[in-house]
Amino acid sequence: MKRSKIIMIIGALMMLLLFVFPLYNITLEAPQYPEPLGMDIWINKVTDHNPNDIKNINLMNHYIGMRDVPIKIKEFEIFPIVIIIMASLGVLIGLIGRRKLYLTWGIVMIILGIVGMYDFYLWLYDYGHNLNPHAAIKIPGQGYMPPLFGAKSILNFNAISLPMTGAYFMIIGIILSFIAFFQAKKEAKKVYH
Amino acid sequence: MKTLFKSTLTLLSIIIFFGSCGKGEKKSDGILASNAAEKVYVKPGELDEYYAFVSGGFSGQLAVYGLPSGRLFKVIPVFSVDPEKAWGFNEETKPMLNTSHGFIPWDDSHHPDISQTAGELDGRWVFINGNNTPRIAKIDLTTFETTEIIELPNSAGNHSSSFVTENTEYVVAGTRFSVPVPQKDMSIKEYKGNFKGALSFISVEPKHGKMNLEFQILMPGFNYDLAHPGRGKSHGWFFFTTYNTEEANSLLEVNASQNDVDYIAAVNWKKAEEYVKAGKGKKMPANYAHNVYDENTHTATSTMKKEVLVLDPSELPGLVYFLPTPKSPHGCDVDPSGEYIVGSGKLSANLTVHSFSKMIKAIENKKFSGQAYNIPILKSEDILGGIVEQAGLGPLHTEFDDKGNAYTTFFITSEVVKWKLKTWEVVDRKPTYYSVGHLMIPGGNSRKPSGKYLLAMNKITKDRYLPTGPEVTQSAQLFDISGEKMELLLDFPTIGEPHYAAGISADIVMKNSKKYYDLKNNKHEFVAKSEAETKVVRKGKDVHIYMTAIRSHFAPDNIEGIKVGDRVYFHVTNLEQDYDVPHGFAIIGANNSELLIMPGQTETLVWEPKQVGIWPFYCSDFCSALHQEMQGYVRVSPANSDIKLSWSLGE
Repeated sequence: MKRSKIIMIIGALMMLLLFVFPLYNITLEAPQYPEPLGMDIWINKVTDHNPNDIKNINLMNHYIGMRDVPIKIKEFEIFPIVIIIMASLGVLIGLIGRRKLYLTWGIVMIILGIVGMYDFYLWLYDYGHNLNPHAAIKIPGQGYMPPLFGAKSILNFNAISLPMTGAYFMIIGIILSFIAFFQAKKEAKKVYH
Repeated sequence: MKTLFKSTLTLLSIIIFFGSCGKGEKKSDGILASNAAEKVYVKPGELDEYYAFVSGGFSGQLAVYGLPSGRLFKVIPVFSVDPEKAWGFNEETKPMLNTSHGFIPWDDSHHPDISQTAGELDGRWVFINGNNTPRIAKIDLTTFETTEIIELPNSAGNHSSSFVTENTEYVVAGTRFSVPVPQKDMSIKEYKGNFKGALSFISVEPKHGKMNLEFQILMPGFNYDLAHPGRGKSHGWFFFTTYNTEEANSLLEVNASQNDVDYIAAVNWKKAEEYVKAGKGKKMPANYAHNVYDENTHTATSTMKKEVLVLDPSELPGLVYFLPTPKSPHGCDVDPSGEYIVGSGKLSANLTVHSFSKMIKAIENKKFSGQAYNIPILKSEDILGGIVEQAGLGPLHTEFDDKGNAYTTFFITSEVVKWKLKTWEVVDRKPTYYSVGHLMIPGGNSRKPSGKYLLAMNKITKDRYLPTGPEVTQSAQLFDISGEKMELLLDFPTIGEPHYAAGISADIVMKNSKKYYDLKNNKHEFVAKSEAETKVVRKGKDVHIYMTAIRSHFAPDNIEGIKVGDRVYFHVTNLEQDYDVPHGFAIIGANNSELLIMPGQTETLVWEPKQVGIWPFYCSDFCSALHQEMQGYVRVSPANSDIKLSWSLGE
């Protein structure tokens, strides 16, 4: 099999690692939490970074009227299907071996990634702004939305959002599809010589 | 000219200054001597190097300190009730203090010892003896809670306890008072020859630590004062000091101080095991409590045991030998190699050290000077390891460092004396303030003592602290023993009487320390694992409230339908699953205590309302920003009222 095909197939299969590694992490640091609280966001679920972290985040947040971390959302049903379809398509494209399709697959993945990030932003926005009007602690004008990327100070907490292993594999997978495209181009030239 | 004179003078004074400084250094044993504060200063946020488990003596508890700072972290309730932690007050822990004499709310806790594996501290459990109503307790070092207490039959004044063998095969406990065995009504004057002293061997199951009284050796009616296990080559032996070999029953301060020598009893417990296996033990009726706390049900149960296996050393050759030791020996300490057994004859001016290998040789050659109650007595000169001459007055207890030195406390001369094993010469002595009893070197009762610190525990402090009326604090004093000379670093007050202590390197213990109890594993009979499971159930006059606590409310927090004359059980489950978030529970007019419930735990307080009215309860541990709001009400109606039971939260 041509090297470009193999690269494309590996790139596509990398998407499946999103079921093995979390995509994103939000960590909350505060002086009285020497071990910070954190949640890991996967393609299909949100989990505790350390045991009971989400329970303890919810406990903290109920004072300011935040809902419990939404762990059952429709995205967690849609995203896995999209990823499985894209991974299968990628493998299929690899087997077919048309380099323009490699490029198309890569671009579609980037678009999907951007859409995903936008959806994540909406999720964070809703979580941080949709507050219980009867909350014990109300600070006019204060929003509690965690940052989309990087660190942000929210009351006594420092919230940090950063991509995790799964996201890096996704990026590598996309890059591989582009490498496959250029590799295929090279291989085509060799044939004509 | 004048200037020249001035500058010469200046130069001269500088030389004198530096010169004298140099001299001073030599004299005071280095610049470090003045840096005691630096050596004990543990910066805010930093951790101590050692745990020190210091018994509370007549407080009945065990205190946990950090060394070198001397900071107190926790007082673990063991033998005495503690309303702060509901120990002996809540329904779950009441069985822990059950005995054949019924519920006992107090004892005198003396000698903690840490479990060992292969002769080294493994930091799994601390064992400690209750002196007054003879018991041995086990403290689990994952939770720092007392999880097991076993009563000792045939014993009285459980003093030569609770020391562990090299692999924690046994926790050993000897009786201070001899008593009739079995107990009976007889004249006290018939003591001699009729009373017995029991040495108890309690096995410790290696995995879970469950204790069982395997056998007792019924010794002559002496008083058994202290004990230590053999180690290394002497593993398999246990040594007990005796006093009152006169077998006096009155005015012991005179009558038990007549013999020039008493004995150290050398007990071959491996031999005892053989005799037990061969069926040479006798089962005798007994009645003693065995109390076990279960970490999953968060509840203790007390079982009365009805039988004990006894061995009679007068009929079983090779089980016990007597080593003559001058003048009512107190401490009985075995050096890290297991060769030397130090007997501190507390009325003698010298320290007598027996040699284990010479003892074995003398036994093999059957060189005995006589026998007492058919137990062979060895000859002093045959077993002599060495004598530390005129070391001080009133020697009590010896521990060892890692460099072949021994350290002995002297009560009467109020000092710690450092001497060398093998050469038996005194190298240093330092005063204590005042009247030192025991001392502790971390790992001191093991093959691997630490050579860094020594903790001396004093009975009297007089002018050492701000006065607090007639009763003043007792104290512990920390010495640096890393150099040739000891250096006093710190002097800190303690709870109760700091009778004895055991120390261990913090990194062995701290990594196993539990952060909270897993709610999923909570098997308490009355647990509510979520607010949805909370309820109130009436069974006749008993009302069971399945309650939960989480920041910052109880569920339910309004309860109606309780009547005067009811017995109300508040079963409160702390739903938290986070480190360091206990909740308290206190209700007006409770005749017992508060509850202090750790995350994931369930505890039960019984409340018997006597007056009609609306009575509040609240959280007594500052748990959160809205802790003050964590409260509720119980409506108590007249006994004949027909108000139905109801409960709610947030309505």
